[in-house]
Amino acid sequence: MTDTTIRPEPEALLAEAARATRGRLKVFLGAAPGVGKTYAMLEEARRRAADGAQVLAAVIETHGRAETEALLRDIPVLPRRAVYYRGRILSEMDTASLIERRPDLALIDELAHTNAPESHHEKRWQDVEDVLAAGIDVYTTLNVQHIETMNDTVARITGVRVRETVPDHILESADEIELIDLPPDDLIARLRAGKVYVQDQAARAVQNFFAKGNLTALREMAMRVAADRVDAQLREHMAANAIRGPWPAQERILVCLNESPAVRDAIRVAKRSADRARAEWIALTVASARAGALTDEDRERLDASIRLATRLGAELATIEADGNVAQEILEFARRRNARRIVIGRPRPGSWFARLAHENVARDLIRSGADFEITLTAAQDSDRGGRITASLRLFRLAANRRGYAAAFAAAAAATGLAMAAQLFLPVPGLSLIYMTAVIAVAARFGLGPALVTSGLAFLCYNFFFIDPRYTFSVMRESEFVNLGLFLVASILTGNLAGRLHDRVQAQRATVDRMAKLYNFSRRVAVAASFDDAVWAAVSHVASTLECQAILLAPDTEGRLQIVGGFPPEDRLDLRDMSAAGYAWERGEPAGHGSGTLPVAAWFFVPIRSGDRRLGVLGITRTNWRAGPAIDRPLLDALVDQVALGLERIRLAEDLQETRVASEAERLRTALLSSVSHDLRTPLVTIIGAAETLEDGGALTPAQQADLASTIREEGERLDRYVQNLLDMTRLGHGALKPNIVPADLCDIVGAARRRLRTLTRDHLVTGEIPADLPPLRVDPILTEQVIVNVLDNAVKYAPAGSAITLEARIDGARVVLSIADEGPGIPAFAQEKVFEMFYRATDGDRQRAGTGLGLAISRGLVEAQGGTIRAEAALPDGTGTRIVIALPIDNPEWPG
Amino acid sequence: MSPASVLPARILIVDDEAPIRRFLRVALEAEGHSVTEAGTARAGIEQAAREAPDAVILDLGLPDADGLSVLRAIRGWSQVPVLVLSVRADEAGKVAALDEGAQDYVVKPFGVKELLARLRSLLRDRATAAGGPRTVIEVAGLRIDAAARRVDRDGAEVHLTRKEFDLLWMLAAQAGRLVPQRMILEAIWGPAHAEDTQYLRVYIRQLRAKIGDDAADPVFLFTEPGIGYRFRGE
Repeated sequence: MTDTTIRPEPEALLAEAARATRGRLKVFLGAAPGVGKTYAMLEEARRRAADGAQVLAAVIETHGRAETEALLRDIPVLPRRAVYYRGRILSEMDTASLIERRPDLALIDELAHTNAPESHHEKRWQDVEDVLAAGIDVYTTLNVQHIETMNDTVARITGVRVRETVPDHILESADEIELIDLPPDDLIARLRAGKVYVQDQAARAVQNFFAKGNLTALREMAMRVAADRVDAQLREHMAANAIRGPWPAQERILVCLNESPAVRDAIRVAKRSADRARAEWIALTVASARAGALTDEDRERLDASIRLATRLGAELATIEADGNVAQEILEFARRRNARRIVIGRPRPGSWFARLAHENVARDLIRSGADFEITLTAAQDSDRGGRITASLRLFRLAANRRGYAAAFAAAAAATGLAMAAQLFLPVPGLSLIYMTAVIAVAARFGLGPALVTSGLAFLCYNFFFIDPRYTFSVMRESEFVNLGLFLVASILTGNLAGRLHDRVQAQRATVDRMAKLYNFSRRVAVAASFDDAVWAAVSHVASTLECQAILLAPDTEGRLQIVGGFPPEDRLDLRDMSAAGYAWERGEPAGHGSGTLPVAAWFFVPIRSGDRRLGVLGITRTNWRAGPAIDRPLLDALVDQVALGLERIRLAEDLQETRVASEAERLRTALLSSVSHDLRTPLVTIIGAAETLEDGGALTPAQQADLASTIREEGERLDRYVQNLLDMTRLGHGALKPNIVPADLCDIVGAARRRLRTLTRDHLVTGEIPADLPPLRVDPILTEQVIVNVLDNAVKYAPAGSAITLEARIDGARVVLSIADEGPGIPAFAQEKVFEMFYRATDGDRQRAGTGLGLAISRGLVEAQGGTIRAEAALPDGTGTRIVIALPIDNPEWPG
Repeated sequence: MSPASVLPARILIVDDEAPIRRFLRVALEAEGHSVTEAGTARAGIEQAAREAPDAVILDLGLPDADGLSVLRAIRGWSQVPVLVLSVRADEAGKVAALDEGAQDYVVKPFGVKELLARLRSLLRDRATAAGGPRTVIEVAGLRIDAAARRVDRDGAEVHLTRKEFDLLWMLAAQAGRLVPQRMILEAIWGPAHAEDTQYLRVYIRQLRAKIGDDAADPVFLFTEPGIGYRFRGE
């Protein structure tokens, strides 16, 4: 073997294999509407149809163009599905019928289309995915500005932002991309000729969009996408065919997710860089105390950017950092070999915010000299969000008690100052207000503290600064006094408030960690699948303040509800199909997601490695009430659930393996038992019979001896066969005891008669009281039990010794004990003797016997509701006593 | 009564297993009986009609039909004693055979001695029918006098109630033969009590106590669990 051996990369081969069963996707990509994508698609479709392929036009937007319609002439068209929405009738692609009709090729125009509300999927590209998954080839059309990562650039170039975007991975998964190219001048000519249909957009916007400069830029972009694609195909081909390429060392690109408005740009930049460098990219969130103090808006933005990064294929990572965040990020980047770091520029805050916040971006640039650091700026449209965000700080609804407290504190401080002015100079009174500000800050946080500062300033001025009861100030010194007071109170209020917020956040973090920890512990100790499910749903429900439900496949692979908190055993059709989607596709679905967003439940798949374990659903009676669902926490919980379920599954597998090996052991034991125990008597019988046949020199006594040997061995064989039969019937649950009232002494009598010859060398004595109540047993089975036990006793106890039977009443049972004077069973084996094929062996001295007798006895006794156990008969541990307890018949017993 | 006292008889064996027929023939002919064999239900019924045997040994498991159907056919014209061969687990089959008029059964695998003993007690009916009914039975120290309704154990009188005596006499008169629970109950308590097996258990127990018999190691009265009782044979 040489080190130059190159094997195909398994992943590349896998990707090819996956594509084989999936339908093939071909995208007709254009720079702008009107370049002739649909036309090109139909032309190609006709060629396929001419080759014998079944082509079905699922959605074609001809926009009334005659030449396009002509092309569609003899291609079957799938009827649209009518959707009634708010009094309007919209028509949408009928994906279900499409899949049902199973054409070879489906034509689906406008990949970026957004479906009517309440459709199964939000976007058409999701439908296309389903169609592909069903093994149907798809031709579709797309304009470059609809590609997710291109969206921003296009918007910047053209000033038109499209809302309908298609994730890049769809394009990446396309088997073929055909660029439909039309020089900008020609396109503009077509536009002028009225050949380009533009959907109800303002004429001016259209004019702007179709400006030559724009079209040139768009054309370039489309070409680049197509060229990138060709590159990627080439590379995949090389990898699949083990052609060594100049692959650079695995470098990664890191994007820091923060609440900055520019974060979306940062993500897209990172994605594009990663694509170009063919590198993996990591989206990093920093968990710090501050994260807990985010406003709802910031938190939503952060969650949205996490989702965006996930959708664009980033690896998600989280680090904990308190204090020097930049240092931690750089540390992480070094560890993961990320040389490029992309971060959104923090919003330009007030001088004050700059003072209080750590500026991570600035710190990164300062200390990350050996990194390539890209800052992305927020766009105007994002800035509005910032303003509302800061206004929210004072939103009364959010912290009504805090603001009420601010007023109360100001009033109380004024009252106190009124009283204190008798013995305090006026400037000293400001301390009382300061105290109120600090108190409010410490208790209610930043917002109320600032309000208190303001109120304190006003009250102080109004009530105590001359001229009193006005807001005017007379003396310069008092002006300074007031001014200093305002600054000092805002600063202290700010500091104390921040401290408060930070403590709160810390507490929330600790709480969250504790919840996670508790959960992992609870799931870890769950002994069964049901336990784990219960732990999971109850914990998710209490942690996220929602209802939780867990679905898992049954033995036939159908998704079933296995647990809910509060207990829930039904989901409506819509929720069920959302759950099914999450299960099938391994992606979140349902409420608020991209798939079936109108469902009441939100479902996330539970998976461990490549194994799908189930689906976790959450819902609230009112989604708007309560805190926003903490997605990272939910994801962490789901991971824990997955671990827990996986652990249980492994344990169960192990158990199954154990059962299987136990079955294997039994099988082996049975085979050896059959060959040994069945043959031994036969050898004796055949030998004795042949000796008798030869006859001649045998004395009559010898003949009789041989004959009785044959009989005894035959009887032994019979007992053995009976045991095998019983074992089989017990093993198959086919044993149906015929329970009747029966007297123990009758049964014992029958058993003893059956074993008369066998027990002739032993002294069998019995003290079965005649007045025992009748038993509720199957007399035949019980007789077999006693026969087996006696047989065993005879086998192990020396000839001439006593076998003693005793019976007594014990509560609702009659206890029969059969004791011998044999060597006894060591304590450790007293349970084992009831296992199949176990023999209390004593060195090599193995007695003839099957090792079945006692095991079957236990089976038979238990089938009748009794118990059987072994103990030492004598104090020195020798002798065996088998104790059998059997149920007494009904209390109507007349005796 | 010694084995020799049983008159030679013609015995029909209905069993599909040739080896079993073979050793039965040897054993029965050694007792002085003459034997005919049948391997199928059809042949069994034909032989029973043609040969008019004194007793039939009938296997319940036959290749062409259920042994019970043979029993039913024979009972259509004859009250010839029938001894059924059955397997241990087939309790229902035994009971059905007894209900259909079989006199007794032995469980496969059986000892020849046991089978011959059963057969003797079945054939004895012929003898007693010839010599008139017996009124006194004496066995192993137990003397039962039907005319005087008196029972002695080792010379001392045992006091039995009327029902106890009837029960004992019914079993003893058919010594060695299985008497099904149902038959006893119908004869002594009346047809309405055919299912009240607990009566029977109580009486049997009292009877055993009075005549000094240990159920766990009986001398006179043997229980066939779930089926019936048998008084000791010769």
